[in-house]
This record gives sequence, structure tokens and C-alpha cells, in this order.
Amino acid sequence: MADDQKKTFVIKGIGVSPGIVIGRAYLFDRQDAQVPFYNLSNPGLISAEIQRFRKALRESEKQLLELKNKLGDLGGGMEPLYIIDVHIMIMRDRKFIDRTLKNIREMSVNAEWAVRMTLDKYREIFDRMEDDYLRGRISDIQYAGQRILTNLAGKERAAIHSGEGVIIIASDLSPADTAQLKIDKVLGFATDVGGKTSHTAIVARSIAIPAVLGLESITRAVRTNDDIIIDGSAGVVIVHPDPEIRKRYEEKKRLYEKAQDDLLDYARLPAVTKDHYGVEIGGNIEFIEEIPSAVLHGADGIGLYRTEFIYINREQLPDEEDHLAHYRSVVGVKGLSWATIRTFDLGGDKFFPDMKPSRELNPQLGLRGIRFCLKEVALFKVQLRAILRASVLGKLRIMFPMISGIEEIREAKRIFAEVKNELLAKGMELGKDIEIGIMIEVPSAVIVAEELAKEVDFFSIGTNDLIQYVLAIDRINERVTYLYEPLHPAVLRLIKQVVDIGHRAGIRVAMCGEMAGDPAYTMILLGLELDELSMNPLAIPRVKKIIRGATLKESKALLKKVMTFSSVSEIRSFVGAVMRKRFPEDFPVNGP
Amino acid sequence: MVEVRTFEITNKLGIHARVAAKLAETANRFQADTFLEKDGVEINGRSILGILTLYCPQGSRLTIRVEGVDSREAIAAFAGLIEAKFGET
Repeated sequence: MADDQKKTFVIKGIGVSPGIVIGRAYLFDRQDAQVPFYNLSNPGLISAEIQRFRKALRESEKQLLELKNKLGDLGGGMEPLYIIDVHIMIMRDRKFIDRTLKNIREMSVNAEWAVRMTLDKYREIFDRMEDDYLRGRISDIQYAGQRILTNLAGKERAAIHSGEGVIIIASDLSPADTAQLKIDKVLGFATDVGGKTSHTAIVARSIAIPAVLGLESITRAVRTNDDIIIDGSAGVVIVHPDPEIRKRYEEKKRLYEKAQDDLLDYARLPAVTKDHYGVEIGGNIEFIEEIPSAVLHGADGIGLYRTEFIYINREQLPDEEDHLAHYRSVVGVKGLSWATIRTFDLGGDKFFPDMKPSRELNPQLGLRGIRFCLKEVALFKVQLRAILRASVLGKLRIMFPMISGIEEIREAKRIFAEVKNELLAKGMELGKDIEIGIMIEVPSAVIVAEELAKEVDFFSIGTNDLIQYVLAIDRINERVTYLYEPLHPAVLRLIKQVVDIGHRAGIRVAMCGEMAGDPAYTMILLGLELDELSMNPLAIPRVKKIIRGATLKESKALLKKVMTFSSVSEIRSFVGAVMRKRFPEDFPVNGP
Repeated sequence: MVEVRTFEITNKLGIHARVAAKLAETANRFQADTFLEKDGVEINGRSILGILTLYCPQGSRLTIRVEGVDSREAIAAFAGLIEAKFGET
């Protein structure tokens, strides 16, 4: 079969080192050698077992000393150095050695089993400790024991040759493990166990690579060479990302790398121009774990909550409570004044394991978004019920994607009203002022925007899809991506049309595509007088900086001038020149 | 010669691996034997695992007993270490 795309799924853990990395997985398995456990067949073998144990101790200690020297030569004062001393001291510990020797002598077991029994004994003692941090120190004893076991197996651990750069997947990593990795070739860490204070976290932060720990099942779910994304800020790992998600994360990664701390000062300030024109700023999120970042970077509200990931990574479809658990975290967040929840916007084939609709040659034009939901009404209603129930918690806007004409929005509203009445009949308390809106992303919706405006409380322009549909380009197809151009006169005219029609009808017009978060377009968007710009949280501070440094007057003049051009190249060079002149610091002449 | 003193553990993380290592190293520097006692449990001060299993989070009261020719110097070394919060916060 030509389609190699495996199902996308997500595992959540604890983000311990921020940043985003996209790459291939390398499964690190320290326990490659299965440890044999057996009873000694006669007491005469006891002294031989003791000799084996002592030899393994000596070898382990020697290896750690070599490792320490090697690390010391690297310099940089890496914190893990001291922990190697700790491991050496554990191996020399009289109590540790005596317990193990006693196990061999009295239980008549092989050295491996005796070591394991000693480790289990310590685990038992540590498990009783209340203090999380101190209890976690059992890991040091386990690392030491693990190394002894490896040496008993008589096989020196193979160093990892990680090649072009990989994301290390492991159950847990000791400092010795991380030291043996070729650190410059490691792009990120994802492990089953661990938390903010574990050694992997410290190492990841000290070499500034993203890491997500405490994922519990990552080693079972991921194989070497799988495509994965690690978001160390949100604490999320995405396995087999499909092209759309991958693209979105490439954008996030780019933004993360560009984000500068000094810009954070702008996060706290309102998005108001010098001539007092205010724009509301939304944050686009797909995981509730991203909400703190939205608040930190200065979002006024959640402008786009993508709900697709609620459906991903499940054996069964999410039920109402699953949905509600997510919406509860999104609606009524302290510091945010509204949340716009977008209903399911994918094709059904992608994520539901038990659903196998006909293969679509061109899914972007296929049965997806509202089209899919209107066909699978029962499924749609589950989501709507949960959204409605969350509406008591705060200001909520619901948004339907992929609307192409009046029938679809009317049908969606009819189902929505039906669900609402059912809940009210049950005596359920719902929010009073839920707003209903649509994504404007299918070109036909722009053409009939006047009629659509009568049906809804707001529009939100999804530029990613609008641009690809109106310019007839497949964003995933690299041979035509050069045509993808937000400043195409056709695109600008469509956007202007939507804003004008929306405002004439007295409704709010937002933009939630990538264009909204690109500071190169901020003055143009100001000139268009959009009510809300919603973007990746990381993009907010820079966009705010531009808004606060510009005036509505000059932005409108810029737009007016730009609307007279007929080619992309004219528009691009004119806008570029204005931005470089007005914001030389943000748009250096030799910049990208 | 015997020296006995009781200390309160005041650093935030308590006696974790690195701190236990420092205590055990100190015990090993002297000829005198060192015993650490908390809540009626006593362990040999030369054993890092003994110290760790004693379980001393912040606020624990730890009694140190040193027996031997250089016990006075040893107890002073322990006191210095603990009072400086092991170089931590």
C-alpha cells in the first residue's frame, strides 16, 4: 500500500526542559541483556559466585571512574559529575556489599539474583518515605545496581551511535547513560519515568534540549526510527505526526527559537496602537497544557482551541465526560476573558481505529470538519453537549469549521439548538451568552458572507486553508509551496471583503491562521481592522510590539496603497520596505 | 573519647544523595567511628546507604556520636557541614 502514514497519537507527561524538536526516535534499552536468575546447584559454587560479584563490582567502579575522567575533561561543570561519585560510593557501601554476599551465601542464589534482592530491599525502604524528593533517590541505587548487573552479564554496554541526531526514548536514563550518548547528536529526551528533579531533566536543561518525562508508556509505544515530536514546554509527545500536524509544529518550533525573553515585556501590555486603536489578541492552542503559555505570552483569550487531539490516541471515541474534562480547563481561565472552541475539524478516517471510510485521494477536499460532523450527528452531539455544559464556567464561543454555504451553518445551528433544549429540559444550567461563529476558510463562504453573517455572531478567518483553497495549492506538496502567499492580492481582497461584510452586519471578525501571528503582516491586518488576531502564544509578544509601535492611521494608509497593486511581488516589496523602515530592529535589512 | 551532638537538618531538600555522600566522606576522613541516629535508629556513618535510609527531610533531628582519638575534630567537621546547610539553601 502506498500510504505509509501511521496513526497519529499523543502521550502526555511532564515537560521538564522547554522547546520543540521534530525527529526520529531511538529506543535506548539498557536491559538488552536479559538477566538470568537461578539457584546454585550445590554450595560449592557459592565462593565462585562471590568472586563473580566482586569482579563485577571492581569493573563497575573502574568504568565509572573512567567515565568521570572523560566527563571532567569535557569541562563545563556539568552537575552529573557528583552523582557518579555517589554511584561509586554506593558500590563501595559495606551494607550494600554485605547484604548481597549474605543473599548469595544464605539463599544459595547466583550473583544477579542476589543483587536484585538487595535492590528490592532498598526499594521497599524508600517506598515508605513520604518526601517525594528523598524517595526518588532510590534511582541512584538502581543505577548502581543496574551497572553491576550489566557487568555480571559479562557484556560491556554498547555505546550508542546515534548518527544524524535522534530523540532518545528510554525507560529512564542515568547520568552515565546520558554521558555515553553522543550528546551533541541527541535532539531530545522522552522517558517513562522521572520528573522535574530527575537527572535526565537536569541534563536536558543544562544542554538546552527539549525533554518530556513521566510518560509511563513511551517505551512500549514507540520504536526506533518512528517519527516523533517532543514539546518540552507543554509536556507532550506526538508520535507519527501527520503532515498537517507536523507543519504546525515546524511553525511552533520556528517561533520558539525566535522568541526572545526581552520581548516578554510586551506580553503584559495591551495591544493598542499609538492612536488608541485596540485589537484583541487570542491564543491558538491544541492542548490544555498550552494554556499557561497563552497567559504568560499575553493572550486576552483563547481564540482557537483545536479539539482534534481529544479524539486522538484512544481505543474508543471520547465520551461526553472526556470532552468536558478538557473544556473545563479551557473555559473561564483566570486572566483570559473568553474561549473559542472549534468543533472537530478532521476526516474521520485519521484517528478512529474502528472506522474505515473509503480512502480519499484528496482529504483536504474530502469528508472532513463540519461535513463529517453533519453526517455523524450522534458523534457531533456528544461534543456539543460537553461544550454547552462548559459554558457556565465563563465566556464561551463555539466555532464550526469548513462551512461552505448557508445550509451547513443552519443545520449545525439546528443540531446545536436541539442539544441545548435537551439539556435545558433536563434542568441543566447553561451559559447565557454563548456566541456561535464560523471559520471563513472555504472561498465560497467569502462569496456568500453576507448571508452567513446573518446566521452567526462572529467570523474567524482561517488563512491557512483559505489561502490554499483560493490559490489551489496543496500545502503539503513541496513543488507548489512557493505559490503559498498571504500577500496575494486575491487573498487580501477576500479578507477585506469578509471584514467589511462582517462589520456592516455588526458582527465580530477575527483571524486565527498563521498569518495573524506573523509580525510582517501585522500592520496590514491593523489596516484591515480585524477585531481579534489569534495566534500561537509564542508569537504574541512580537505582534504586540508592532501594534503598540504603529498607528491605525498609517496602517490604513499602507493597506490602501497595497490594495492598488496587482502583483504579489509589488505588495511584498512595498510592505517589506515599510516594515524595515518603521521597525528596523525587528526587520533587519539583511534579515531573513 | 566520645562526642555526641544533636543537629537540626535545615537545608530545603534534606539529606539527599549528594549530602549523604558528603557526610559519609567526612566520616571516612577520621579514624574515629561515627554513628548517626534518628528516631531511635542508628546507622554507621561511613555508609552512604545507611545515611540515606535513615530518611532525614528538612526539619529532622539527627544525633551524631563519634568515638575515637580524633572524635573532637570529627564532630567539629560534621557541625561545620550541617550548619553551612551542606552548601545548599
